[in-house]
Amino acid sequence: MTDNSKSGAPAAPMLDRRDERVAHSASIGDSIRAFLDRIRSGDLGMLPVIVGLVIIWTVFSILNPVFLTPNNLVNLLFDSSTVGIISLGIVCMLMVGEIDLSVGSVSGVASAILGVLWVNQGVPAGFAILAAVAAGALIGFLYAQLFNRFGMPSFVATLAGLLTFLGLQLYLLGTTGSINLPYGSPLVRFGQLMVMPAIVSVILAAVPGVVMLYTGYRTAARRRAAGLSSQSSTGIITRAVAVTVVAELVVAYLNQGRGVPWMFGLFVGLVLAMQYALTRTRWGRSMFAVGGNREAARRAGINVRAIYTSAFVCCSTLAAFGGVMAASRLASSSQQAGTGDVNLNAIAAAVIGGTSLFGGRGSAYSALLGIIVIQSISSGLTLLDLSSSLRYMITGGVLAIAVIVDSLARRSRVSHGRA
Amino acid sequence: MTDRLQGAPATGEPVLSLRGISKHFGAVSALTDIDLDVHAGEVVALVGDNGAGKSTLVKILSGVHQPSAGTIRFQGETVTLDDPSAALSLGIATVFQDLALCENLDVVANIFLGKELNPLQMDEVSMETRSWTLLNELSARIPSVRVAVASLSGGQRQTVAIARSLLLDPKLILLDEPTAALGVAQTAEVLDLIERVRDRGLAVVMISHNMEDVRAVADRIVVLRLGKNNGEFTPDASNEALVSAITGASNNSVSRRAGRRQAQAAQHPESGQ
Repeated sequence: MTDNSKSGAPAAPMLDRRDERVAHSASIGDSIRAFLDRIRSGDLGMLPVIVGLVIIWTVFSILNPVFLTPNNLVNLLFDSSTVGIISLGIVCMLMVGEIDLSVGSVSGVASAILGVLWVNQGVPAGFAILAAVAAGALIGFLYAQLFNRFGMPSFVATLAGLLTFLGLQLYLLGTTGSINLPYGSPLVRFGQLMVMPAIVSVILAAVPGVVMLYTGYRTAARRRAAGLSSQSSTGIITRAVAVTVVAELVVAYLNQGRGVPWMFGLFVGLVLAMQYALTRTRWGRSMFAVGGNREAARRAGINVRAIYTSAFVCCSTLAAFGGVMAASRLASSSQQAGTGDVNLNAIAAAVIGGTSLFGGRGSAYSALLGIIVIQSISSGLTLLDLSSSLRYMITGGVLAIAVIVDSLARRSRVSHGRA
Repeated sequence: MTDRLQGAPATGEPVLSLRGISKHFGAVSALTDIDLDVHAGEVVALVGDNGAGKSTLVKILSGVHQPSAGTIRFQGETVTLDDPSAALSLGIATVFQDLALCENLDVVANIFLGKELNPLQMDEVSMETRSWTLLNELSARIPSVRVAVASLSGGQRQTVAIARSLLLDPKLILLDEPTAALGVAQTAEVLDLIERVRDRGLAVVMISHNMEDVRAVADRIVVLRLGKNNGEFTPDASNEALVSAITGASNNSVSRRAGRRQAQAAQHPESGQ
């Protein structure tokens, strides 16, 4: 440790730039070098999933050119949204270092409640949706009680829930086994047909860039006023422009086909809201803290039980909402809803997207990117006319690779002194 | 040394007053009938051998453990410390021996953990400025407050933990082995800091194994042995008396050496000073 005194240097530099041992990236070249250093030490972030996505898309578009056509991608986004919403809940659970294995069953129960109340009992659709989502919240609360009061590991509690709620779903649907939702109803049209008008999608795609520009400038001004280093205008503009260009290109391409699904818009909106909640609110900070070091969080005065409860409730609520969306996508509440690979796809998406299984690391974006990877594989293999047996095996393999990358990166981070 | 009045502040109503505190872990009695008074503007050093119950006492005061018996009075009121947030809101701040930092969060996040400004839209700029102010007050050498705590050294982590305890302007600060992981310069800084905190009228309870540090800052030295009170000393008490209170044995290397010195001084009265 260098102990030669240097505090109180005559030309007082910015508050956070007084330590001369730290290299701060000034030019773009420095930024790139810092980025490469981060990657090398195992702080991979979103990189693996983006690389994976590029590889998968290249391979499938070579094997079958239909894969990259706008309409196939629009379909892919419709399919991604339902499981993606469920996966967003899984991100919450993984953040605090726990897991929910029953999201598939919970989504199935929600779709059954929707069908029974709406179609069989004639309850207005809005109330039926609300009841289904509330049931999800209740299930999450129940898990939280099992976890907090009885110390039941989340793994076991939700495994028991998986079976229980699958049973409840079958019970609710009764002997018919499947309830068809009325075609032409707004909910089913939302799940199958409704796309944004081109102009709306173009405007919405520009919003993130504008927001980045505005908050970037405001933060930079406040940091300068407080005597802290701040991001350069070039940096802020470059980033905002890059995001806008990418978003507009995607939207323009999708608009060549049917257009951007409203359901996907809703999913992205939920992802952004969750990302804000996780990174910019006290609740989100507490989630990271509990996932990183539960005892330290408790000693800092955080109500750890309440945080766990919020994570369980959040996860099951989103799972139920995802179930409602899936029902609207399929126009039916059936015994198959939420079974099969829904559970694992939701969990795999969060992990593939870069949210750590070990808690305290991740982001809401991982649900978005992860589910696109999973659905790309599924869609690509379907286009190649491969059976679901092969699809399962390949998706399983991709999940295994994602977890290996996560574990290796974690080991590397530990040896490089990064969290 | 300094010319401050030893033991002078021990007047008036104590900030913290423990009576008959006991703590059992199953069959083990970690603490039995502990009495302790701490006054404002006073540094009380808690010393004792490993397993004497020092850390258990600190954990009771910080709300991590609940006592099996006994009463805690804080600022004249009988209080129960059910959880850490209860202790924090009363104004009892703790720097734990294991520091209790979240390694996946950065320095600012750790300092403000559980007390973030503006919960719905965290005010990162104010939090970062305040963090730098706190750290600079401690003359801390932290390269950046935006790095994860995992990448900091032991001493740097200690400083972060101490900075965090000062954030809420507490009435009483508990320091569990504050200098154990620090270098020479940083130890001096922390001891200086303890004096500054005392001069601001706060009460400080400090656990340490280092008798030199204890003598340097403590107004009173309270000895625990096997979970019981085992005497109270002023900083100018002899090492011999302290060590025998801590170990419970009057025959040990320290007392033997003192005995030899005395014998030598008696034999050669002219060579001793």
